[in-house]
Amino acid sequence: MQMKFLKKSNQSMQTIICQHCQRNTGHQLSTLPKVYRPSSVNTAKNIQTIICQQATKLSTTNYTRQMSSTINPEELQKFRLLSQKWWDSRGDFAVLRAMNSLRIPLVRDGLKHTGIASLKATLGPKPLDGLKILDVGCGGGLLCEPLARLGAIVTGIDPLQENIEVAKQHSAQDPQISGQITYLVSSVEEQVQNQPSYYDAVVASEVVEHVDNVEVFISSAVDLVKKGGSLFFTTVNRTWLSYVLAICIAEWGLRIVPRGTHEWSKFIPPVNLKEQLESKNCHIQLLHGMCYNPVTRKWSWITDSSVNYALHAVKLNETHTT
Amino acid sequence: MFPGCLSIFCQDAIKFTSIRKVRQLCRIIPYNRSCCPVTYVFFNSETRHLSSTGSRHQQVGEDIEQSLTAEVWDIVVSGGGLVGSAMACVLGYSSVLLDKKILMLETGPPFSQKPLTEKYSNRVFALTPATRDLLNSFKAWDNICSVRLKPVKRMQVWEACSDATISFQHTGMLHDVAYIVENEVILGGVMEQLAKISDRVTVLNHAKVTEYVLPKQGGINEWVEIKLENGRKLKTKLLIGADGMRSLVRKTMNVNYTAWNYDQKAIVATLKLSEPTENNVAWQRFISTGPIALLPLSDDQSSLVWTATSELADQLMAMPEDNFVDALNSAIWDESKKNPIVEKTLGTLNSFLNTLWPGEGSVRQLPPNILSIDEGSRACFPLGLGHAAHYVAPRVALVGDAAHRIHPLAGQGVNLGFGDVQALAKLLVNSVYDGNDIGTLEPLLEYETERQRHIVPTMCVIDGLNRLYSTDLLPVVLLRSLGLHLTDTFRPIKERIISHASS
Repeated sequence: MQMKFLKKSNQSMQTIICQHCQRNTGHQLSTLPKVYRPSSVNTAKNIQTIICQQATKLSTTNYTRQMSSTINPEELQKFRLLSQKWWDSRGDFAVLRAMNSLRIPLVRDGLKHTGIASLKATLGPKPLDGLKILDVGCGGGLLCEPLARLGAIVTGIDPLQENIEVAKQHSAQDPQISGQITYLVSSVEEQVQNQPSYYDAVVASEVVEHVDNVEVFISSAVDLVKKGGSLFFTTVNRTWLSYVLAICIAEWGLRIVPRGTHEWSKFIPPVNLKEQLESKNCHIQLLHGMCYNPVTRKWSWITDSSVNYALHAVKLNETHTT
Repeated sequence: MFPGCLSIFCQDAIKFTSIRKVRQLCRIIPYNRSCCPVTYVFFNSETRHLSSTGSRHQQVGEDIEQSLTAEVWDIVVSGGGLVGSAMACVLGYSSVLLDKKILMLETGPPFSQKPLTEKYSNRVFALTPATRDLLNSFKAWDNICSVRLKPVKRMQVWEACSDATISFQHTGMLHDVAYIVENEVILGGVMEQLAKISDRVTVLNHAKVTEYVLPKQGGINEWVEIKLENGRKLKTKLLIGADGMRSLVRKTMNVNYTAWNYDQKAIVATLKLSEPTENNVAWQRFISTGPIALLPLSDDQSSLVWTATSELADQLMAMPEDNFVDALNSAIWDESKKNPIVEKTLGTLNSFLNTLWPGEGSVRQLPPNILSIDEGSRACFPLGLGHAAHYVAPRVALVGDAAHRIHPLAGQGVNLGFGDVQALAKLLVNSVYDGNDIGTLEPLLEYETERQRHIVPTMCVIDGLNRLYSTDLLPVVLLRSLGLHLTDTFRPIKERIISHASS
């Protein structure tokens, strides 16, 4: 099998990551057995392809389900370059962090209204006390940490080892929440094999527009949730307005989002998302538009969902018969 | 515009002899229960010192302080004055912050309510309805009502150089415009509520802070370190500086602090009126040396705040009490400064307005006559203005006089401080309910914006009024008299003023 590694600015810090599983092999360039070292580091635009035994071994055990993978290698490459910036207060993810003011209440109040959070807990300091929540594509843990502070037992999964490292490091700094969060390098289709119908809620915030095989992604997400549990999505609609605002203005004009973050063709209209969820026996509880004001740097709810939107679905108890 | 009061003092440490030290110990004990070795030390030391009088409490206190060193607090409120204790109280009573560990640091001894005497204290505040609502939110207002306060139904402001008058009241005098309450009564009411939540809010007395180490800009995950005089160190996720106008927290934040001293001093005293009246009006007269305010305390007593030039104030303080009362009465009633030109113009304007809107404008009431002052109740303090360019920094927020200090002429000082408490508590609770770390900068910045939008205009207006009324110059007198009279006639403007001043 082949294996890719990325050359970062600091040469000694180069980490070797499998092209397929996106796991860190634990090797650095200097510690890699000589046979696997590239002859010249600077060739081939910083990306070297080498053969590695570890990767070969891994590939035979864990990565036979490649055909159904929802992880897009190009997207991974994009986010790998940004992984150190998750918690930078004025950095590339500031817009995403600001979105917490909408998506945390969305999850908190959503779980309150569906009755899955105990009424007693919702009145106190830990409204999500004891609820098991999976954050898919957790990145640096921007969403995991607030949810854990509200009492949830959070599992954050992300295909990128770099992101998981950042997330782990950051949450370790607050002893009150570090015990409540588990970060894993994983994907939904991998999780669904281990823990089907385990979570009270699955959150996929600003993730759906980055995955391959949206159908597989959504059906895995639904399978991960208990009956009566909730799914929360926030993503971008595919309209001409979203092209103008989310790509032209946000990425190229105002540069509040790193260039190339989004690909318009991968955006998902809420109708598609709704259909797929309903076909998986889910009830759409809520669909709201979201709007970002770059001057006040704040998000707010709007009725129009033609650019950013949030969706809350509940997995129904009874099997839907048609 | 509003009657004067002692905003300046609101953050100063209150020096009371400690009577209820034992109670203070009880407040701290529950905190230690979680930690066995410390409890052991505590009881050990208590038995050890039972026989030795005097030093016992101190020793126990030190042991408790030792146990604090290893602890990280969620919120530390520095300063246990009116604003600081109200801050600790609001946070402590919030259900969202139920699991937060809150510490209040106070340099003075534990608060103990002195038995109430007939004699009123000379340190009184005019509290606005907004402050009442804040104190009511944690039931401290009930405690205050059960002790004593005087509701004000009407405020009348007039000046020495003309008959121009303005008065503030709610229609039919149904609602109170303000409440005159003594400092100790407010603090007692708040402290009583604070003692009820001793499991959530710990009060550390005799805590002199020598140094605050603040996290650097951008250092999100560093916490504030507090070094106490006795060598102990505390850590906190959020430091709230309520440590008064000479705030060490503010100095550590290294923010720009705009400040100047007025060449004015305020004299306070408790006054006896010549005859008992309903006495529910707060009076303020602007004379060129500074405003005089009479705040009702009871049917026959009022509190005085007399702002005068430093020179005059010193003379007034040196006078025998009888002469002082004479000087005061003549300052309130003196008509010699009246300018005939202004009077005539004002009369014309008045008759013109009367034909346009008959019945508008307020009826002028006559102020009370002063019989005497309470022996020894006269006190004097210098006045100044101060404003911090920033109220917040990463994991730090300033409230009350630590952030802003104003002239007492409108009685806004302590109310602005309570307004800070209200705003900061609301934003912190919302932020924590959204799962944020308590020290997150965004809600703090929001607090700063919200408060500065209210406080800066208030300060400018009050400073401007003080300057406007410190002259006898004819054109100025004429303009301000006409302006005041017009403001008094136009109800919408007046209502805006009332709502700004009482929010």
